[in-house]
Amino acid sequence: MEAWRRFRKHRLAVASAVILFLMIFAVLFGPVLWPVAINDIDFSAMLQGPSWAHPMGTDDLGQDVLARMLYGGRISLAVGLCAMFVAIGLGVLIGAIAGMARGSIDAALMWLTDLFLSLPQLPLLLVLIYLFRDVLKEWAGPELGVLILIIVVIGGLRWMPVARLVRAQFFSLREKEFVEAARALGASQSRQVVRHILPNSLGPVIVAATIDVAVAIIAESTLSFLGLGVPPDIPTWGRILFDAKDYLDFAPHWALFPGAAIFLTVLCINYIGDGLRDALDPRRVI
Amino acid sequence: MSQYLIRRILIALPSLLGISLVLFTVLALAPGDPFGELAQNPAVPPEVAASLREKFGMDDPIWERYVKWLTQMLQGNWGFSFVSRVDVDVLIMQRLPTTLIVIGSSQILALLVALPVGVYAAVRPYSLFDQIATTLAFIGFSLPTFFTGLMLILIFSITLDWLPFVYQSNVEATGLAFYWEHFKQSIMPVSVLGLFQAGVLTRFVRSAVLDVVRLDFVTTARAKGLRERAVIVKHIVRNAMIPVVTLVALQMPAVFGGAVVTEQIFRVPGIGSLLIAAILANDTPVIMAVTFVFACLVILFNLIADLLYGWLDPRISYR
Repeated sequence: MEAWRRFRKHRLAVASAVILFLMIFAVLFGPVLWPVAINDIDFSAMLQGPSWAHPMGTDDLGQDVLARMLYGGRISLAVGLCAMFVAIGLGVLIGAIAGMARGSIDAALMWLTDLFLSLPQLPLLLVLIYLFRDVLKEWAGPELGVLILIIVVIGGLRWMPVARLVRAQFFSLREKEFVEAARALGASQSRQVVRHILPNSLGPVIVAATIDVAVAIIAESTLSFLGLGVPPDIPTWGRILFDAKDYLDFAPHWALFPGAAIFLTVLCINYIGDGLRDALDPRRVI
Repeated sequence: MSQYLIRRILIALPSLLGISLVLFTVLALAPGDPFGELAQNPAVPPEVAASLREKFGMDDPIWERYVKWLTQMLQGNWGFSFVSRVDVDVLIMQRLPTTLIVIGSSQILALLVALPVGVYAAVRPYSLFDQIATTLAFIGFSLPTFFTGLMLILIFSITLDWLPFVYQSNVEATGLAFYWEHFKQSIMPVSVLGLFQAGVLTRFVRSAVLDVVRLDFVTTARAKGLRERAVIVKHIVRNAMIPVVTLVALQMPAVFGGAVVTEQIFRVPGIGSLLIAAILANDTPVIMAVTFVFACLVILFNLIADLLYGWLDPRISYR
């Protein structure tokens, strides 16, 4: 395939894909390969540096950091993926409606998009989570509720670039000959969109989706790092960092490992996005 | 020019209204009463609570409450902090300068790094310098600000003990020593925010310059014998800056997000750390006001970007 050939030429992107795959594998099957409980409190082994018994050291309660990292990585990556799907879903929907409707609906939707683009994201994220945390806790349980809220809010504040992208694609694609041919053959508007326009506008959307996963992972980690994200008993990478930051002077390993994990994941995803852009979006030169 | 300015302000006003509407809707949709603490407090008798509700207009129709809330905000009557017992506008005005100084100096640092590096890399595309610069820029904007902040504290405060890691607003020194202490404690917050921005901006500048260098007018400028320096500064950079200004303006919300994190890590007494403290203390008036101020700042910077845009590209002003 042409796209795959072009992706393969971006060596850093391929290397990043391998590293990211290894990390996903470790996070999925790690708890099987490293069967240590994440909440095994051992006061005789508090704040120890890396050793054979605890490859990433222990925290202030003597809990094994590696086990917590492997468990928390699942949540961090899952939140990133789910928030991306929310953002892409909303973005494609709004972009497609604006691109097909044109006229005043398009103008109104684009005004809304510009409005959302100038909202201060992180403060609003914090406010929304502060205001709605308690309802969702009652509705879906303390852990799941907060996670759903975080996913929806992060995704709900990230759809704008995708909507603009999809709208621009629709504007150029709906005038192309193959769509005109479908229209002439009597294809309904929804069939034109679903079968002809949408599949051809997916390239740039996939690139944006990749970058969105990285952005969502950073957003979730930021929330947890500020102590306002997931509840304390779910050790996502950002939460481990939050717990570790007060012990930076005598247990730096505790903060270094989760921080490095977030950085490495985000870096890999960004490089994959770069490679996908070369592969799927050949018009862009850089 | 002034006509252009007025038109831009008229365009900015609806977005400000829209943002205030979003904020108010969030507040109104939120379950429970933001002022419910008072009503639930057993020490407050029900009739007092009821009169408070009436005073705050909690039982009016929603659009009426919005109009009231907006006029109050515009008159600078931002309410009263539940926690510190101070008017919210006083609280914010105390802290806003610090935030603006930190954000402003970090943006300047970012531009000082990104402009030369981005231009130099784009003028020699795919050279060794370009490859190192793009890789570093990529790493720079993949590093989350909270991690860079902790790393800098670990290296420069704990290991080397060169810089203080807690920002103090009342430095006990006078004259030059006072400014030196302030400078020393600002280094880490400013560089955390600045280097992240520098990573993003370097990529913007590089790709904008790459788009411009191939154009005919650059060849013409070279052909008529201008020095390379003049070609780059007067012809390439000025034209490449036009898209960069837009992208910088679009980047502002992210900068404020970074500022919240940085202020929290280094305990900088700005409005970002005020927001976190208010959220942890359930101080609703302060939370809403700080968010509103952030939104206004974003709009303000967009306005400034529009003006810069008109200055860089004279074709726009006359339209």
